[in-house]
Amino acid sequence: MTRGVCFLVSTRNNRTALALMAATCLLTAPAIAQEPKKGGTLNFAVVAEPPGIDCHGVTTFAFAHPGRPHYSTLLKFAGDHSNLKITGDLAESFEQAKDGLTYTFKLHKNVTFHDGAPMTSADVKASYDRIINPPAGVISVRKALHEDIREIETPDDYTVVFKMKAVNASMLTHFASPWNCIYRAAKLKEDPQFPSKTVLGTGAFQFVEYKKGEVWIGKRYDGYFRPGRPYLDGFRALFVKSNAVATGIIGGQFDAEFRGRTPKERDQIMEGLKDKATLIQGPWISSLLFTFNNSRKPFDDVRVRQALSMAVDRWGGAQNMSKITMLKYVGGLTRPGYEYNLPEDELVKLPGYGRDIEKSRDEAKRLLKEAGVSNLKIKLVNRNVGEPYIPGGIFLIDQWRRIGVETEHSVLETKLFFDAMSAGNFDVLMEFISDFADDPSAQFDKFLTAEKSSQAASRHQDKRLDELFDKQARTIDVVERKKLTQQFEKLAITQSYSASLLWWERIIVLNKKVKGWENQANHFTGQDLTDVWLDE
Amino acid sequence: MLGFIIRRLLLVIPTLLGVAVAVFFLIRVMPGDVVVVKLRADGAQVTEETIQAERKRLGLDKPMIVQFKDYMVGLVTGDLGKSLWTGESVAKEIAVRFPVSLQVSIMASLIAVFIAVPLGTLSAVYRDTWIDNVIRVMAVSGLAIPGFWLGMLIILGLLAFFNWLPKIGYVSIFEDPVTNLSALIWPALSVGFRYAAVVTRMMRSALLEVMREDYIRTARAKGVYQSLVIRRHAIRNALLPVVTVIGLEFAFLIGGLVVTEQVFNLNGIGKLFVDASTRGDFTLIQGLVLLIAAIFVLVNLIVDVLYAFLDPRIRLN
Repeated sequence: MTRGVCFLVSTRNNRTALALMAATCLLTAPAIAQEPKKGGTLNFAVVAEPPGIDCHGVTTFAFAHPGRPHYSTLLKFAGDHSNLKITGDLAESFEQAKDGLTYTFKLHKNVTFHDGAPMTSADVKASYDRIINPPAGVISVRKALHEDIREIETPDDYTVVFKMKAVNASMLTHFASPWNCIYRAAKLKEDPQFPSKTVLGTGAFQFVEYKKGEVWIGKRYDGYFRPGRPYLDGFRALFVKSNAVATGIIGGQFDAEFRGRTPKERDQIMEGLKDKATLIQGPWISSLLFTFNNSRKPFDDVRVRQALSMAVDRWGGAQNMSKITMLKYVGGLTRPGYEYNLPEDELVKLPGYGRDIEKSRDEAKRLLKEAGVSNLKIKLVNRNVGEPYIPGGIFLIDQWRRIGVETEHSVLETKLFFDAMSAGNFDVLMEFISDFADDPSAQFDKFLTAEKSSQAASRHQDKRLDELFDKQARTIDVVERKKLTQQFEKLAITQSYSASLLWWERIIVLNKKVKGWENQANHFTGQDLTDVWLDE
Repeated sequence: MLGFIIRRLLLVIPTLLGVAVAVFFLIRVMPGDVVVVKLRADGAQVTEETIQAERKRLGLDKPMIVQFKDYMVGLVTGDLGKSLWTGESVAKEIAVRFPVSLQVSIMASLIAVFIAVPLGTLSAVYRDTWIDNVIRVMAVSGLAIPGFWLGMLIILGLLAFFNWLPKIGYVSIFEDPVTNLSALIWPALSVGFRYAAVVTRMMRSALLEVMREDYIRTARAKGVYQSLVIRRHAIRNALLPVVTVIGLEFAFLIGGLVVTEQVFNLNGIGKLFVDASTRGDFTLIQGLVLLIAAIFVLVNLIVDVLYAFLDPRIRLN
């Protein structure tokens, strides 16, 4: 059932405010168990076009949203962000050895591919072999994340055992990755590139058609292994431009968009649909970062970096920015609300997180003066992506102006932005974190040295962070890992090689008839549509 | 006439080859890496090794001269290559989108011709009267209002008055004419309005010019009816520059519906062009530029042939 929280939404438009209050507060009322209905086709918008159709080779939600309903993975995430857990998908049960070096999965026995062939452990092994050791011509973008797997054994048709070279605390998350689709071994043997040409999985929906730039169609797979699922007859994923989503939902062209909308679009849709809308708002494992080029002066000076972080009023900014942008939550390097992150009372003691902004800015000015750069001029390189990058950049520039720092805002096309990033052509770079799961190994990647991580843009040389990263990645004891991640977070925030600006809010507005969809705090998982149904 | 057409068609080959060579080198001067955008733009943890492997798979690791040779060999054998973004053949990527842009362009042209030629004629014939003034206001409005903005007004109007928007997705007019026309008439109207304005202005000024000619005065002196003078003598001669404008506007529309296609969610050539440029999909950009160059050359040829049809004094050879 859809869960929600009653949000106080302030807006200049009273009618919209009332509609929002009504819609969001309705969700807080004790959920009346509604019997899911079978049938109907879900039309939803996808605001980008996938570069390919091979789960192992793509990284974008533009594939996850239309493609994931066709596939199954070993494990998956279930529930919404408030009670998210890893559960079996193809695995009926799974076990992690106490030493963290063996994972055993017992598979469901009644699973078939959409061509009727039974799914066995050989298919799981072949799929993971393809991820770990991609054959010539196959791109496996997450190969490095699976390097700790030593071998995969298949003692029988329905048991798979993963033996590890070393402990990897993120391994269960990887097994639940929406990208680790299970392909048919026989087809991979014939042609390792088969998945980049044909969609053949064991998911709840069979592939029907993909008209490039237009629509992706799936229909219910009657042989799906979970009894009574899926509820929908099918789905149509319509590829549209982001600015056409609000009018498209109001005009009935589609019923949903699952990436996330801006507050302005939320208001527009709520006003257009009135009582026919369901609003789901919550956290998002995405944040904006501002990364200093530590190979350039004066950003190699910790006083300058700290001063620039301390000038930002995150607490006040979160309140005001959330009215007009997706930027809403104050947090460190992991998502606010995640069990591992620093408690607020510790966070506020770190540079840039103090609640008394005037005091912070006085200290920032003092640090800049001490570093000999009182009249600092900065070039902030940003992406030309409207939300939330541009408003985030403007906010940052205003915050720096208040301590006398002058900033040039250089807004670049995505491809030029990445060029500037890899060439180090920036003073400060507006970056982002966006992952499918709360996992320190994923979220800390951008705070490492370039030697350790290809994602790191800050060009610092602090090996202490690399060491702490390795330690937490190899620790499966939850308490110990939490301690290590918090040490990492404190050190990274104190050094401010790269600093978190604000974490995003995920705003999803659905046509009220869409039921059973849950916000898992990211735009990659929770998209297999198995439990989604239409109340019509 | 036939010799002229064949000669012009043969000239298309060196023209397109020149365009192909220029485009190949010019777009490679542009910074940006399609592979990085493809694999890292959504924040994925992708190693440099994977980036290099994908670059190699796409042939981007080869020296530029080798890439150029491959491209030219492909071009001569009719292979435009594969999109660096989707891996699909460029010809297929274009073929999916071309019918949408072609149909909207044809519909916009028809709207423009059927509105503009009569209005331009009325405006010239009733010069400086209230009829002329009304038509001129309409024409100036058409020139001043951007097509995409009119498109947005149309969409908001459809939502506000009918709570309805056309279905997303292209269905061929031969398959389902009602669905097809209900989706494409709106973008055709929004760009056709501006197009009609341009042609109306051209028709008016060309007709006014012709009406001052000696042969018109002679026809009138002979006692020919005004309507006959206009229909038989004036309009036909005034159409020469109008045909040129119609042709150029049509060719421009095929690749130039960039914003209109986005406003109406149309999967056309303009949207594809923008996407390809944003991503740095060189091979697709090359294919699209070639297509648009070919359309311009072809439309110019048709315009030249129409000249001879409209004015027998023009000898194409």
